[in-house]
Amino acid sequence: MADVKPGISGGRLAHSDYALNFADIHPPLDAHEALVESDRCYFCHDAPCQVACPTSIDIPMFIRQIQTGHAKSAARTIFDQNILGGMCARVCPTETLCEEACVREEAEGKPVKIGLLQRYATDTLMAEGGHPYSRAKPTGKKVAVVGAGPAGLACAHRLAMHGHEVTVFEAREKSGGLNEYGIAAYKSTDDFARKEVDFILGIGGITVQHGKALGKGLSLDDLKKDHDAVFLGIGLQGVNALGAANDDVAGVEDAVDYIAELRQATDLSKLPVGRRVVVIGGGMTAIDVAVQSKLLGAEDVTIVYRRGPAQMKASAYEQEVAQTRGVRIKHWAMPKAVIVKDGKAAGLACEYTAEVNGRLTGTGEIFDLAADMIFRAIGQSHIDVTGAALALEGGRIKVDDERRTSVPGIWAGGDCVAGGLDLTVASVDDGRRAAESINLFLKA
Amino acid sequence: MADLRSNFIGIKSPNPFWLASAPPTDKEYNVVRAFKAGWGGVVWKTLGEEGPPIVNVSGPRYGAIHGADRRLLGLNNIELITDRPLEVNLQEIKKVKREWPDRAMIVSIMVPCTEESWKAILPKVEETGCDGIELNFGCPHGMSERGMGSAVGQVPEYIEMVTRWCKQYSRMPVIVKLTPNITDIRYPARAARKGGADAVSLINTISSIVSVDLDNFAPMPTIDGKGSHGGYCGPAVKPIALNMVAEIARDAETRGLPISAIGGVTTWRDAAEFIAMSAGTVQVCTAAMTYGFRIVEEMKTGLARWMDEKGYATVEDFRGRAVPNVTDWQYLNLNYVTKAHIDQDLCIKCGRCYAACEDTSHQAIFKEKDGKRHFEVNDAECVACNLCVEVCPVDNCITMVRQTEGVDPRTGRKINPDYANWTTHPNNPTALKAAE
Repeated sequence: MADVKPGISGGRLAHSDYALNFADIHPPLDAHEALVESDRCYFCHDAPCQVACPTSIDIPMFIRQIQTGHAKSAARTIFDQNILGGMCARVCPTETLCEEACVREEAEGKPVKIGLLQRYATDTLMAEGGHPYSRAKPTGKKVAVVGAGPAGLACAHRLAMHGHEVTVFEAREKSGGLNEYGIAAYKSTDDFARKEVDFILGIGGITVQHGKALGKGLSLDDLKKDHDAVFLGIGLQGVNALGAANDDVAGVEDAVDYIAELRQATDLSKLPVGRRVVVIGGGMTAIDVAVQSKLLGAEDVTIVYRRGPAQMKASAYEQEVAQTRGVRIKHWAMPKAVIVKDGKAAGLACEYTAEVNGRLTGTGEIFDLAADMIFRAIGQSHIDVTGAALALEGGRIKVDDERRTSVPGIWAGGDCVAGGLDLTVASVDDGRRAAESINLFLKA
Repeated sequence: MADLRSNFIGIKSPNPFWLASAPPTDKEYNVVRAFKAGWGGVVWKTLGEEGPPIVNVSGPRYGAIHGADRRLLGLNNIELITDRPLEVNLQEIKKVKREWPDRAMIVSIMVPCTEESWKAILPKVEETGCDGIELNFGCPHGMSERGMGSAVGQVPEYIEMVTRWCKQYSRMPVIVKLTPNITDIRYPARAARKGGADAVSLINTISSIVSVDLDNFAPMPTIDGKGSHGGYCGPAVKPIALNMVAEIARDAETRGLPISAIGGVTTWRDAAEFIAMSAGTVQVCTAAMTYGFRIVEEMKTGLARWMDEKGYATVEDFRGRAVPNVTDWQYLNLNYVTKAHIDQDLCIKCGRCYAACEDTSHQAIFKEKDGKRHFEVNDAECVACNLCVEVCPVDNCITMVRQTEGVDPRTGRKINPDYANWTTHPNNPTALKAAE
């Protein structure tokens, strides 16, 4: 029976339903399934999947290694390029990356399940405990990494491998960045983000200091003074404004904060959710907060997006995931004003939109959506590097191919740099590339 | 609908699909199940001489080679001939033949290579009312160590001698089952014919070790830490069997000798190929052991439908049609020129053709066009080896197209429409001599 308690409330579901709703969205392959699936790979020449992979994992090779009975070698092939291969196997939008490029997609519309095979390989090796890499002879060089998200962790790991001493400064209580606080709970079950951090730190030579951020006990100048190199993987702060009237009333929330709260909740039944939820945005965060609201027992969840399905940053597959879980996606509409009742959000007045001569405009026609909870999920663009002389581009840090910033001795990667894909895997790639560049710099 | 009825050396069966002498035909229970499923006949698992029955190992008897998704491609066994008392087998054969008179019932026999032994068993077998006997001169493991099976099949004189005894001491049609574990299959086949055999059947299994257990360094299947070679069969051996059948079919001394073909027959198509190569019946074992007896339904309907499409009313209408086209290499037309062609609509751009050609062959495939991933044959380098065709995962995507006019861009030579082979080729020293 649907829970129709008005307003924002916890406990909308029977207790047992929470575990069920937030279980692994793609259950792992068992050994037999992995063998059957790996048999489907054609071991393509100059494989399109590998070309499509933002971190160029040798996919045909690792699948062949699974197929020949050596999942642990497969995991090494993956970790060589991507030490967060375990998380990427869970969160990568493979349907728009490797699996979209798979020739089996062209041949029969069913790509090899590369993501699940990657998870099978990395899970197999990680289940063993221990760490697959060893460190080079200590170099005596010290590197500061700011931010313990995917970019920072990947950078720190590769630097530690090369024998450097790494200190990671992290603002939050836990490491992992968006892996720990951001992505949807059903993509990273069983505390995997924390386990992966432990796995990465298993290489040694990395110290993490929590509660430290630029401007909060840290300055770039001091970091530069005390270290031989600095890497910034600070992500994005703040959320873009809605640009609608009354968007500061009770009931209007930032999706990223809510997801973080959800990810850290020990008892999901205590997490309040609206009966009617409206999400504004078109990216992964919008999908994640919408689907999770629904899974928490919201009766109606609507995503409002100002353009069409093709323009959404969330892939067609992700849109389908939301829709099959009962989320409605209202395309070609934008928020005008939050409707307020008794000082709280009661709905959202929206205006239909249209593209006229390539420009998005409101049509003037207004409709109201009832809502007791409204989420802002229209992106984060604000970076906080107060007082630094770093060149920016489109509001993010400008870097070159090696992820060097405009300031010598400072590298950057992940969501805080310009021109990225805003994907975990792309952040990892940034971190690894920066680390290789830093290593060359330190050895010069 | 095509008529699948078969009359092989006077032995009638409703279709040419027989189960080979092997575990599936060891006893009444299995054979009755096979007949119910629609098999045309069986060769009853090999009987030995009277006395204490054969003893089999109690450990694993089979090993295998698998393809994708554990599809069984090759099977190896170390099982011996029947381990049930002779009398029990004979009673069951008699009973089953009586109850299934329209099916072919052949009895496989293997006794020591002495006249008395054969003389003793033949009347007992004949008394069952079976349709014929098959002499097991093929089994390459276990029994061969005792001077039977392939130990006989590897000595043409023994084959001829024993065949003659069988013809002498019984009125039953005699099929001699040949071992492939020899250098030239024509010699044992000729010996069988000389001895008076009504037919030959081939191939029996090939001596093999399918794999080594890397934990205890022993061949698989492993019996208490040791392994011995077994007999290999299944889809993997079909090409070997097909060649040996062809060799016998086109040899001057054995041409026309009826053949019951065995070796990797898994589908109707395999059967049709063997029949086209002159086989009167086909014998199946591994396919049944892999999928069960029901597969015969696919084989029968597949063969009949293909015959209907081709307009063949009976099996005899196309039997042996491929034999005249099997020739020696020296007679192949050296003026015949083809080039590989990639159908761009079917191509899925896996690039396996490119990897195969570039790394291991003739560098005759382009992998890019206008900066895009695109695979196309370079006729100027293509020798038409067919490797790209075979490694392509898409059926019919790459085909060989004959060039009938103009110049072969690889050799720069004009296409010659005439047939010319090695025997007259200027590079052939023997040919030159003949011309002088």
